[in-house]
Amino acid sequence: MLALQAEGVKTIFGYPGGTIMPVYDALYDYTRGDNKVFNHILVRHEQGATHAAEGFARVSGEVGVAIVTSGPGATNTLTGVADAMIDSTPIVVIAGQVPVSALGTDAFQEVDLVGLAQPISKWSYQIRRAEDIAGAVSRAFYIARSGRPGPVVLDFTKNAQTERVDFKAEKVDFVRSYVPYPKLDAASVRAAADLINSAQRPLALVGQGVELGGAQDELMAFLEKADIPAGRTMLGLSALPSTHPLNVGMLGMHGNYAVNLKEQECDVLIAIGMRFSDRVTGSIKTYAKQAKVIHLDIDRSEINKNVKADVAVVADCKESLPALTALVNKADHSAWRESFKPLDEKERIKVIEPAIHPTEGPLLMGEVVNAVAEATQGDAVLVTDVGQNQLFATRYFRYPKRRSLCTSGGLGTMGYGMPAAIGATFGAPDRTVCCFMGDGGFQMCIEELGTIMEQQAPVKMILMNNNYLGNVRQWQDMFWQRRKSFTRMMNPCYELIAKGYGIPYDIVTDRIDLPAAVARMLATKGPYLLECAIREDDDVLPMTPPGKSIDEMQLDIKNDK
Amino acid sequence: MTSEMEKLYTLLVYSENIAGILNQVTAVFTRRQVNIESLNVSASSTPGVHKYTITCYCTEEMVKMLKAQIEKRIDVLQARYYTDDEIFLQETSLLKISAPAVMENPEVCRIVRHHGARIVEVNPTYAAIEKTGTTEDILSLYEALNSLGVVRQFARSGRICITRGTREQLDDYLAEREKEKHG
Repeated sequence: MLALQAEGVKTIFGYPGGTIMPVYDALYDYTRGDNKVFNHILVRHEQGATHAAEGFARVSGEVGVAIVTSGPGATNTLTGVADAMIDSTPIVVIAGQVPVSALGTDAFQEVDLVGLAQPISKWSYQIRRAEDIAGAVSRAFYIARSGRPGPVVLDFTKNAQTERVDFKAEKVDFVRSYVPYPKLDAASVRAAADLINSAQRPLALVGQGVELGGAQDELMAFLEKADIPAGRTMLGLSALPSTHPLNVGMLGMHGNYAVNLKEQECDVLIAIGMRFSDRVTGSIKTYAKQAKVIHLDIDRSEINKNVKADVAVVADCKESLPALTALVNKADHSAWRESFKPLDEKERIKVIEPAIHPTEGPLLMGEVVNAVAEATQGDAVLVTDVGQNQLFATRYFRYPKRRSLCTSGGLGTMGYGMPAAIGATFGAPDRTVCCFMGDGGFQMCIEELGTIMEQQAPVKMILMNNNYLGNVRQWQDMFWQRRKSFTRMMNPCYELIAKGYGIPYDIVTDRIDLPAAVARMLATKGPYLLECAIREDDDVLPMTPPGKSIDEMQLDIKNDK
Repeated sequence: MTSEMEKLYTLLVYSENIAGILNQVTAVFTRRQVNIESLNVSASSTPGVHKYTITCYCTEEMVKMLKAQIEKRIDVLQARYYTDDEIFLQETSLLKISAPAVMENPEVCRIVRHHGARIVEVNPTYAAIEKTGTTEDILSLYEALNSLGVVRQFARSGRICITRGTREQLDDYLAEREKEKHG
């Protein structure tokens, strides 16, 4: 407890069980009365604890903490750990473990957690003696939050929890085998600046690294001086305000049309804190072959992993961006930037307008997202589940403020949304948290409605129900001869479910009622479930078909059928 | 593209002496479907630091990625890769040969001497022979003896090596880190 307190932890998401009971017994004293240090949120499933910790970390910039028991408690956290690893989210999972004397005996609720977690965590470690707690906990937090953040798993044997030692706080801020902040190399900054200064058609790709490094201002200063248009990855959406004139939209398979095509036209590509995921690059064989590539990243292993860099600047972008800004010339690329506009206009007419302002037929996801985005202008945090709801929500929401998005990008974890939104309400208590989910993902961590009820966590849940696993259904329609194999889903009565948890509920079936329903939801204190009856065959567009080159992005899908 | 050529690379990995690191290192290979040809793990000349010598066939592009991913593991101090011309390398092997065959066939002793191998033990039932050298040296001895049908057991170690460079990169790294710790 003291070790967690020493790390400044205030919020813990957890679920008790046999081997973590000593910790929970101690929590009893630390969570009430005058000695209250921690706010412990009892989740309903350990997976929920990890996603809540992720949501908390994403919006607050602090380390999210989950405490669970051994065995199934520990294995239930693995999805969240893997999710946090691939999305660079700092969380610390503390799991109980059988006593050292019982390790390796297949004891009740024993599982080799360190072995299981190693490939999907930044660091995992077993605490076997009480005297190791202070050092291990501090090291865990240091590793989770420093450099490229990530999940750390502490496997906490029961004997180490019960042994008594005098606590002596240890502050770990150095691990000799670990270099979280590589030294900025002046020569590579110079080389990058030279390339940028010679560029006629530069394009920046902004990733979550900018947000994680707290370099949003440094990014704007850089882009503005060199007049470089910037696309954002899905996880980087709030790293550059969506209202910024140099923002040219979202990258990727379902990103914006112009920026995808322009990636194939630019002469210098400047990737900042992003990892060239296959969802961004499409076919890697044809990706931006014409361009010189500059890659700024804190993680050396990202350089040349997917896309070869002509110049790599390995450092924290909080440091590398100002260094680069100092060396780049003031430039004017207005003609190049103007060339995005006709393509943007094409997308607006063909895709965006029909999606957000339809005039007939059943409700569409785009218009629901747009209605919520308009009503919340500015302050809301967007949380999404995974699938069409995520793609529509990330496309049509607005991000004027930093740290405004929680979504499962790399792992694509259905069920992430609801618990992450709970975490976000604790990480950003002053902001509205809007969580878009489909009927599939809503039911994958539906048990967390219990947590929302108990905590009265003010999650504004928008359930976009199309009675399908919509994204898979879209792919089946596009690429699998419309054979809808197990994507149609029978749904329960969500009104009764909301009623069971005492959560206010409303349903919209007619678009005329949408603005008022959204307004009522936002005006209601505490949690709220707004169900929207969505057209069954609503498709996310534009789209680059998997394995295709990003310049083959399609604005409609008719020609493919 | 020359980088697409598969070659034998030797990786030298230094890590803290903590349980479970071997797992993490080998997982980097498994995940990328690279087979480890040989592996040797032992304490290094630096107290508390373990040294892994790993060989594998892959492209240079792949070995660069393996190096980066191994180094990314928190408790790994350093990973470097080398081609055979950049290192002094040795493997060792043991052969068990039936003793009567050694007595009856002078060719056996001639082959052992010719290959610079050493007889380390002889008793009435078998002779134990040790040979240190490159993979080719060792296999050449084995094949020569095996063609006479006298080999009962054969064991080869993983490769160990030292680099040809003049500087000790691990020492440089540790010194640098020590400086940063106090600086």
